[in-house]
Amino acid sequence: MDASFWILQILNGLTLGSLLFLVASGFTLIFGLMRIANLTHGALYLLGGYLALSVVRAGQSYWLAVVVAIVSIAILGVTIERIFLRRLRGQTLAEVLITVGIGFIIADFCLMIWGGDPLTIPIPPLISGTVELFGVSYPRFRLVTLGVGVVLAIGLWFLQYRTRVGAIVRAGVDDGEMVSALGINLPVVLTGVFMLGAGLAGLAGAIGGNFLSLYRGGDREILLFGLVVVIIGGMGSLEGAVVGSLLVGLVDAFGKALVPDFAYFTLFGPMVIMLAIRPWGIFGRKE
Amino acid sequence: MRWVKYGFIALLIAFLLIAPFILGPFYLRVVTEILIWGVLAMAINIMSGYTGLAPFGQAGIFGIAAYVVGYMTVKAGYPQIYLTAPAGILGSTLVAALFGAIAIRTTGLYFLMITLAEGMIVWGLAFRWDKVTGAENGLRGIHRPEFLSQFSTYYYVVVAVVALLIYAIYRVIKSPFGLTLQGIREGERRMRALGYNVSLHKFIAFVLAGFFSGVAGVLYVYYNNFVSPASVEFARSAEELLMVILGGSGTFWGPMVGSVVITTVRHQVSLFTDRWLMILGIIYVLTILVAPGGLVRGFKQLTDWLAARWAKAKAPGPVSGSEVGQAE
Repeated sequence: MDASFWILQILNGLTLGSLLFLVASGFTLIFGLMRIANLTHGALYLLGGYLALSVVRAGQSYWLAVVVAIVSIAILGVTIERIFLRRLRGQTLAEVLITVGIGFIIADFCLMIWGGDPLTIPIPPLISGTVELFGVSYPRFRLVTLGVGVVLAIGLWFLQYRTRVGAIVRAGVDDGEMVSALGINLPVVLTGVFMLGAGLAGLAGAIGGNFLSLYRGGDREILLFGLVVVIIGGMGSLEGAVVGSLLVGLVDAFGKALVPDFAYFTLFGPMVIMLAIRPWGIFGRKE
Repeated sequence: MRWVKYGFIALLIAFLLIAPFILGPFYLRVVTEILIWGVLAMAINIMSGYTGLAPFGQAGIFGIAAYVVGYMTVKAGYPQIYLTAPAGILGSTLVAALFGAIAIRTTGLYFLMITLAEGMIVWGLAFRWDKVTGAENGLRGIHRPEFLSQFSTYYYVVVAVVALLIYAIYRVIKSPFGLTLQGIREGERRMRALGYNVSLHKFIAFVLAGFFSGVAGVLYVYYNNFVSPASVEFARSAEELLMVILGGSGTFWGPMVGSVVITTVRHQVSLFTDRWLMILGIIYVLTILVAPGGLVRGFKQLTDWLAARWAKAKAPGPVSGSEVGQAE
């Protein structure tokens, strides 16, 4: 176990963490404002990935594929919110259950169209191949993912804490009625947040479709990772999503390298400890 | 109404007893599955319906029993049913105690997400822990002991055990303990103020549900002779939860009614398409939008309405206020 092992695993952890952040940030954004546990999130991720794959297969560029994934999943998200979730507003269990059902429909649709075998989205030479970094050669695309994660984390932080929209969203979390009474059209804000959250799932799918590849059950796996991240970090908290995803990414990387049989235990260990000490997570608020 | 109810139950028992003689092997297996999935759904209902905490990972707890039996039979060399069955049930109960201790500290969405993650831990282990669980291939060749090898014999065992479980669940729900659970569902703070140990009640309810799920798991694994990650995955938990809600969460027979509908539909559908998951999703969406209260409540409303009409036709005269003056 020399230095290059540690560097490699730390890089693996950071890059996986950054992909997880893309997934978890969308989930936590929706949860924070709307108190909806959107269990379609994994299926939206998977569908985003497959759509991007089809765009690339049709001979278009990867960049266009990413845009298509983001936009189409965002539109799908808005559709789900407008048609189904809006009429169940406030009924916690019904909201979750309907996202479970819609998630199954989307996941099975993916299986029907693209099959269950692992597929990988091809990426352009500009971001493929490897680079030398601290004496290890490392896939360039993973580093790009890390960059995207960092940029997005800063962007979302800026949006939430330094813009008027962010202020409205934060106010909506605290007291939706009061925000409405001040003349702000809260339903539009809610739809916008849902669109952003779903779009992030689409982006994550387009990236994860190369990083982890796309396969049957990929929706569950990514949803599970996302859940662990938000449970550790605190549901609804952006900071929690950052810390949680880095933690989960690193723990998973080292777990897989050191005790491959028990990688799942190492993943859930921190979650169980967190639940025992602070069930609402590091940055979450006690209800 | 009471006579109708008892008559119905008597008919049901009679049907279950003669089923092996009138049903072909395919439908006898369907009936067996209905009973096993139904009793698992009834166990979930203790939590979701009577305590007000919907568990999203019960298939994981159910699966522990199935995997313990499978492991002991296929890998460890202790295939005796008097060892495997208690060990399996004990395994489920212990895991339920562990999961419950963590989950019951939270309520609402948090409870739901934590139980979801807990169920997925079991799935993850089943999927990855090759040495014990056989990973994707699962554990095959979990045969019943000699005296149960005939399927029709085993069918009667399932009927008997499920009947016992239903009776046990009935006693739990009708007991002061069960009423306390319903009190917690209606107003947790009030129950706490009245001096009830709310956490302890929730914990015991969770463990009891785990125990019943474990028995269902043992029944299932000896029925199926095989256990794989598909038996413990989220879709399984979600399907069980749908049975509870479709039948009527918080009604005693609802989950079993839900199992009759869902299990039958699944077997019929799987004869000509692989798209069960999509159909499950559609039933989910429709149930939530159209019948969130469940079939049993809908049926009761219908019979109450019919009974009221019948009573009115039989004895015309002053009836309830709103109906006075209505045109016949």
